[in-house]
Amino acid sequence: MNESTPPKEERMAALSGLGTSRKRVEDARFTQGKGNYVDDMKMPGMLFGDFVRSPYAHARIKSINTEAALALPGVHAVLTAADLEPLGLHWMPTLAGDKQMVLADGKVLFQGQEVAYVVADDRYIADDGIQAVVVEYEELPVLVDPFKAELDDAPVLREDIADQSEGAHGPRRHPNHIFTWESGDRAATEAVLSEAEVVAEEMIYYHRTHPCPLETCGCVASMDKVNGKLTVWGTFQAPHAVRTVASLISGIAEHNIRIVSPDIGGGFGNKVGVYPGYICAIVASIVTGVPVKWVEDRMDNLMATAFARDYWMHGKISATKEGKITGLWCHTTADHGAFDACADPTKFPAGFMNICTGSYDIPTAYLAVDGIYTNKAPGGVAYRCSFRVTEAAYFIERMIEVLAIKLGMDAADLRVKNFIQKDQFPYQSALGWEYDSGDYHTAWSKALAAVDYEGLRAEQAERLAAFNRGETRKLIGIGLSHFTEIVGAGPVKNCDILGLGMFDSCEIRIHPTGSAIARLGTISQGQGHATTFAQILASEIGIPAEDITLEEGDTDTAPYGLGTYGSRSTPVAGAATAMAGRKIRAKAQMIAAYLLEVHDNDVEWDVDRFVVKGAPERFKTMKEIAFASYSQAIPGVEPGLEAVSYYDPPNMTYPFGAYICVMEIDTDTGTTEIRQFYALDDCGTRINPMIIEGQVHGGLTEALAIALGQEIAYDEQGNVTTGTLMDFFIPTAWETPNYQTDFTETPSPHHPIGAKGVGESPNVGGVPAFSNAVHDAFKSFGLTQSHMPHDHWRIWKIANSLGLHD
Amino acid sequence: MIASAFEYHKPDTVDGVVSLLSKWGDDARVIAGGHSLIPVMKQRMTDISHLIDLGGIAELKGISIDGDKINIGAMTTQHELIASEALAKAAPLIREASLQIADPQVRYLGTIGGNVANGDPANDMPGLMQTLDATYYLTGPGGSREVKARDFYEAAYFTAREDEEILTAISFAKPSGGFAYEKQKRKIGDYATAAAGVMITIEGGKCKAASVALTNLSDTPVYCAAAVDALVGSSLDDATIKTAVKAAVDASDPVADTRGPVDFKKHVAGVIVKKAITSAVARA
Repeated sequence: MNESTPPKEERMAALSGLGTSRKRVEDARFTQGKGNYVDDMKMPGMLFGDFVRSPYAHARIKSINTEAALALPGVHAVLTAADLEPLGLHWMPTLAGDKQMVLADGKVLFQGQEVAYVVADDRYIADDGIQAVVVEYEELPVLVDPFKAELDDAPVLREDIADQSEGAHGPRRHPNHIFTWESGDRAATEAVLSEAEVVAEEMIYYHRTHPCPLETCGCVASMDKVNGKLTVWGTFQAPHAVRTVASLISGIAEHNIRIVSPDIGGGFGNKVGVYPGYICAIVASIVTGVPVKWVEDRMDNLMATAFARDYWMHGKISATKEGKITGLWCHTTADHGAFDACADPTKFPAGFMNICTGSYDIPTAYLAVDGIYTNKAPGGVAYRCSFRVTEAAYFIERMIEVLAIKLGMDAADLRVKNFIQKDQFPYQSALGWEYDSGDYHTAWSKALAAVDYEGLRAEQAERLAAFNRGETRKLIGIGLSHFTEIVGAGPVKNCDILGLGMFDSCEIRIHPTGSAIARLGTISQGQGHATTFAQILASEIGIPAEDITLEEGDTDTAPYGLGTYGSRSTPVAGAATAMAGRKIRAKAQMIAAYLLEVHDNDVEWDVDRFVVKGAPERFKTMKEIAFASYSQAIPGVEPGLEAVSYYDPPNMTYPFGAYICVMEIDTDTGTTEIRQFYALDDCGTRINPMIIEGQVHGGLTEALAIALGQEIAYDEQGNVTTGTLMDFFIPTAWETPNYQTDFTETPSPHHPIGAKGVGESPNVGGVPAFSNAVHDAFKSFGLTQSHMPHDHWRIWKIANSLGLHD
Repeated sequence: MIASAFEYHKPDTVDGVVSLLSKWGDDARVIAGGHSLIPVMKQRMTDISHLIDLGGIAELKGISIDGDKINIGAMTTQHELIASEALAKAAPLIREASLQIADPQVRYLGTIGGNVANGDPANDMPGLMQTLDATYYLTGPGGSREVKARDFYEAAYFTAREDEEILTAISFAKPSGGFAYEKQKRKIGDYATAAAGVMITIEGGKCKAASVALTNLSDTPVYCAAAVDALVGSSLDDATIKTAVKAAVDASDPVADTRGPVDFKKHVAGVIVKKAITSAVARA
């Protein structure tokens, strides 16, 4: 009946399944300029809206005069808070349980804040309208230093909640205080510290920066007054959550809202939150009856939409004289800006900062985080990291270095001495997490061997001697980093955003001729989901990846999911994809058994077909089964071949990695050169090695930028001083070093295919590697800590303050 | 980030430009490559009613080398400066410096005339023109005149050019001896943290002639006469170079910005000037 069966390897190769370096199917359209982004959209009658923004960081609004703007030909409307107030939309809820002004309500709290919204025929006229709006401001004292926020004479920023002693995350002790969040055992930790043989203490600042995706934020809102349906195309990393939130705050029934995320040009956390631009475009479309577009320009994006980091982390770490770590204590002052708009799971106001024990077996630990309001832009998003994980990784990887200095130990040895052992997994951390799997010693040894760590240290010592003899002005820094991530948020029992559980989903339809479409609750912003999720399915259901269409981002068609950020797509939606595939296979098994006239249990899966056990010449391919499911009446089996899976992960996943950076530093000019960067990533099962490598290259380049220059800086008056790409560092190919990637593979025991996620690891692990290299270069001259970013003048300042200049 | 509305003019002769400038006065500006002007227009930091595009004027383009004299039309792009083999042979310093301006995309549009005429102290060409002791040609309603590059710059964005004049060309004597343009910047596309252009001629073991100038270290490009005085006649020994470097740093007057504070910039200026002198001496 069946003729020849190609060899197993040949059939597997034809699938392009798990482990294949399949070329990205997305790239054909992106590299030809055929992507379809929000700003590409043109609709009949579409208007353009844009903002009058505050030039001041803190000011009272005395008046807003819109007459001249409204008189301009082509200006249709100018919205202010007074116009939104009757709709209850002049403020909106944030993801962190706070609320945020949509348009300035009586005062402004940061430079660039949205004050009025001008709706015009096109963006040119809108900008003319913006210039014509007259706003009278009365300047107020500005607060930019979070450590001055609770002083007696500190200006009160949030008058709307000044007298509320209880916030979304517990008691508030000052009008500028947002929350205190604690994790671990404070008394026990302080007892350990007080009795410890060695304690190292340091303030570690992870400066404010910005995800700065190539495509800025934007949307097109279209209210169809005939059928009452609102459609919003936008740069949304979580379209389904946006739909629910939009329904809750607008009162429009959820089935009458359709949210579509078209192609997205990078997100990195910047596109998770809800911005005033979305609300105003929706209101403007309702008011005008035609579609309204809003797209930020680059300066708007850097100044007003969500920043990242800005954590002041005061740490103490204790150890025995031999270097066994006994305790870790951390108090973080978190500068949240004017509104608490962090994008974290509801119960975690400081995200997963309590992963700050890192890769180490630290028996006792305590973390407290105080959130503070300042006159800066709101945000605090996870910039290519899981929630506050990069802050945590930077903190512990700096503290390890600081402790090594105090102990007089080699920092690589100190890590080895304190790594969680392979046989300790699943490992319960002192701050409450259950690490799923890991093999840190193997990864670390491989990394040290790959760079010839001993040889590097010897070379560094020789260079230092030459420097001291006056023969060179350059030093070598060796930056070590062994990070552990916590990604894949997350289990519904403790992870939600605005009450929505953080599961994710996949729905699969097999077509009669044996190709398929799969839809997911996530949305790719460049990660290559259409490539990799098809590979997961190919391996699960035996249909070639190239025959599987992937769709995401349209809430009218895709199953509900919480979106793409925090490296959650592979751990959660990837798991849902595998599970949905297994449902397909289970049904296919029944169909195959029927067609082969045997019992269900008498067939077994073989790459792309079911085979009768012991009779390999008798089989049905998935293609045959698919056609049968649509063409034959099979007793007890519904026609068709479809499945949907909503996956609630039992735990997070814990990718890890070992990174080593070798840096040349010119002590006179402060310039740096990355001589070598070795990155070993263990992300569990590897779905597409080429995409992993691409993700690592991209994430490391962001890490390089953050560590060596990228920042959102404010002056004393609260003016953003890094508001353009001239001053905000985005590396080009020229500044990007060569990266040497490597891997170990420790599958997650609880994930259906063992995958852990990788997109954010290089940002999380890269920043400490680059930063530690700078610190390491100056270690022998007495440097223990110098805050990032390590741009030329700050490195020069280190050398200068250490007396290395004439 | 949208400029306000303006009238666009594209005359095809210099006289056409001058008559438009005479007619519209303060309301008009000429545009060459646009890299400085367009951003300030988009930020509405300047309001221009009449924009006069110089891109259609053939007589403003081109490089000519006539014996010892090199002439470059104002609308010659930085890319064209780099691409010209004749220029690279006659004045290799121009290619060396041009390659350090921004990035290829910018250099396809950016012009030498726009770069020197705008009066932005961060631009590289004004400093380079100090080094080369170039002459600028200006044409206005009253005819044409010449101004030495070293006399052209008065303060940031203030130059000897009258509002109704345009800069049509630059010229300089074919340089001889060693040369270098050294620049420290934060990244591709950035202006200099500090940059220096140096030329050195050596005869009989002594420095016969020298030129030292700085970019982005004051509110104008800086020609360092005292540094030149120190070098000329010397045997270019370490002590002399040190004196010259100190003289150059003393002539600088940088301001703090996102590139760093003043003490850092002065220190880097010293390093860069020393590098440039050393490199020029080695090539002399």
